[in-house]
Amino acid sequence: MKTLVYIHSDNGISKASLEAVTYAKKIGSEVIAVSGGSSSDLAKLGEYGASKVLVDRAVVNGDAQQITRMVAAAAESTGAEIIVFSHEITAKAVAPRLSVRLKAGLISGAIALPDLSNGFSCKVNVFSGKAFGNVTVKTDKKIISLLPNSLQPEVTGAACAVEEFNSNAGSAAIKVVETKKPEGNIPLPEAELVVSAGRGLKGPENWGIVEDLANALGAATACSRPVADIGWRPHHEHVGQTGVAIRPNLYIAAGISGAIQHLAGVNGSKVIVVINTDSEAPFFKAADYGVVGDVFEILPKLTEAVKKFHAAN
Amino acid sequence: MKILVCISKSPDTTSKIAFTDGNTKFDENGVQYIVNPYDEWYALVRALEIKEAQGGNVTIITVGNAADEAVIRKALAIGADDAVRIDADPTDAYFTAFQIAEYAKNNQFDLVLTGKETINYNGSQVGGMIAEAMDIPFISLATKLDINGSTLKLEQEILGGIQVVEVNAPAVVSCAKGMAEQRIPNMRGIMAARTKPLQVVAPVACDVMTAYTSYSLPEAKKACRMIDPNNMDELVNLLHTEAKVI
Ligand SMILES: Cc1cc2nc3c(=O)[nH]c(=O)nc-3n(C[C@H](O)[C@H](O)[C@H](O)COP(=O)(O)OP(=O)(O)OC[C@H]3O[C@@H](n4cnc5c(N)ncnc54)[C@H](O)[C@@H]3O)c2cc1C
Repeated sequence: MKTLVYIHSDNGISKASLEAVTYAKKIGSEVIAVSGGSSSDLAKLGEYGASKVLVDRAVVNGDAQQITRMVAAAAESTGAEIIVFSHEITAKAVAPRLSVRLKAGLISGAIALPDLSNGFSCKVNVFSGKAFGNVTVKTDKKIISLLPNSLQPEVTGAACAVEEFNSNAGSAAIKVVETKKPEGNIPLPEAELVVSAGRGLKGPENWGIVEDLANALGAATACSRPVADIGWRPHHEHVGQTGVAIRPNLYIAAGISGAIQHLAGVNGSKVIVVINTDSEAPFFKAADYGVVGDVFEILPKLTEAVKKFHAAN
Repeated sequence: MKILVCISKSPDTTSKIAFTDGNTKFDENGVQYIVNPYDEWYALVRALEIKEAQGGNVTIITVGNAADEAVIRKALAIGADDAVRIDADPTDAYFTAFQIAEYAKNNQFDLVLTGKETINYNGSQVGGMIAEAMDIPFISLATKLDINGSTLKLEQEILGGIQVVEVNAPAVVSCAKGMAEQRIPNMRGIMAARTKPLQVVAPVACDVMTAYTSYSLPEAKKACRMIDPNNMDELVNLLHTEAKVI
């Protein structure tokens, strides 16, 4: 069974892409990667199980329609039966298009390897993380979009060949005018460690203690919905049922009550730490570790403890 | 601009999530349905703002059964001109997208808007599928949309930032937070919604590509371990040795 993996690369290759290659290697005998853009380190995908990488330098990252044509051409020329994406932003636009183009059923947001015992099915998150569903695909070709942080990348081999691939993907209808990427930010959906804060912080001027802890840990920052709505923090930090859904290894929630809509987006986190003055806050029911205390005292203390730990280890 | 806004119903965000029939079906018992927040707050409201600024027409469309008309009326109360219901169970994303694309192709819209995802299935699939079926551009996770003649100028989320793009209509856009502010329907809107045109259209034949075959609930969490607020070293130590996350 041949498996094709789409790799979104612009500034190097993300960990989520390596996860997708590892995942593909676990289902398919031969894994071929396909990518557009200008990335120069694609050969390293071989270390994670790809036998080769097809790259069409004429395809830029801005237009899902063009990328779809490229992936469809690669699927045809390689004869791949399963196409794997990492469920990140570009893939969310490309995978559905490809599903229609190839008449291949799409499993969107897979969190486990496919189950082949009864047809072809795969576990996904539904109801914003409040439940799981099993999606069965009935078509011959299948597309799986893998939720980041569902498995760890595994090195299994050595660098592989990178072949130039002319996919005749046509021109892009979408013109990218400008790209704004704040430096040094860890993108929230990919972060393994997240420090999040809510209305308990009282005002945007107090976020320094949240950022200090995030910096000490190497974590991304997030917030509750009201905090983004009042403009204390940018919208892209809003997590929950109507914000970003995340599943980091560690989620630290400071001054967040733990409303059902907030929990929906974060309860896939492996470990949850809750800091709240109110010992009755609902979030403690969803937490692994709890601290009843004032964020203005606890966060700086925790930051010091993390620094001490890093210095000693 | 002639704008089509795709509306899905979703359970109220406080609904208890449970399953019946041997965990093969969502238990609708006692569940209140709302318009999927992304469709309502961002796609629909932005469509109305565009219409208010430059004229045009806003049609909402849903694939669903007669019972879903309550949700359609809620969306009409916010301000759309008319509504279309494709009379079928929205069995999977492809079926839903295919039906909407067929209708949109035959009715010449300049712009098709969806929410970024539904809060029940979270697939983020329908918009891209509609675009491919219509062979037009798709701009996903847009946080801003301005229109200048037939040119759309958008901001969309990309990994770690924002990208500004331009594209010519017609196009499909999925709408995320930032696009518009939630509107609360007023009494006049609610009254007017009762008599706005709601057209029921028969579905077209379509392949079935996927199905949800079963569901499960997450395991209950172990009791939370409380840490002495004066001992953050202990917390860090537990995160390292017990939880193994740092
Ligand atoms: C349709 C719908 C969708 C929604 N979607 C989302 C969503 O996606 N994400 C989301 O987050 N919310 C969402 N909400 C809102 C949600 O219901 C809650 O209102 C919100 O999560 C509360 O945010 P908060 O915990 O920051 O604030 P609050 O509920 O005000 O809680 C603040 C907490 O901080 C604690 N606190 C106060 N001072 C201190 C201190 N000094 N030290 C420590 N703790 C302190 C308090 O005890 C309290 O628990 C949604 C609501 C609706 C109706």
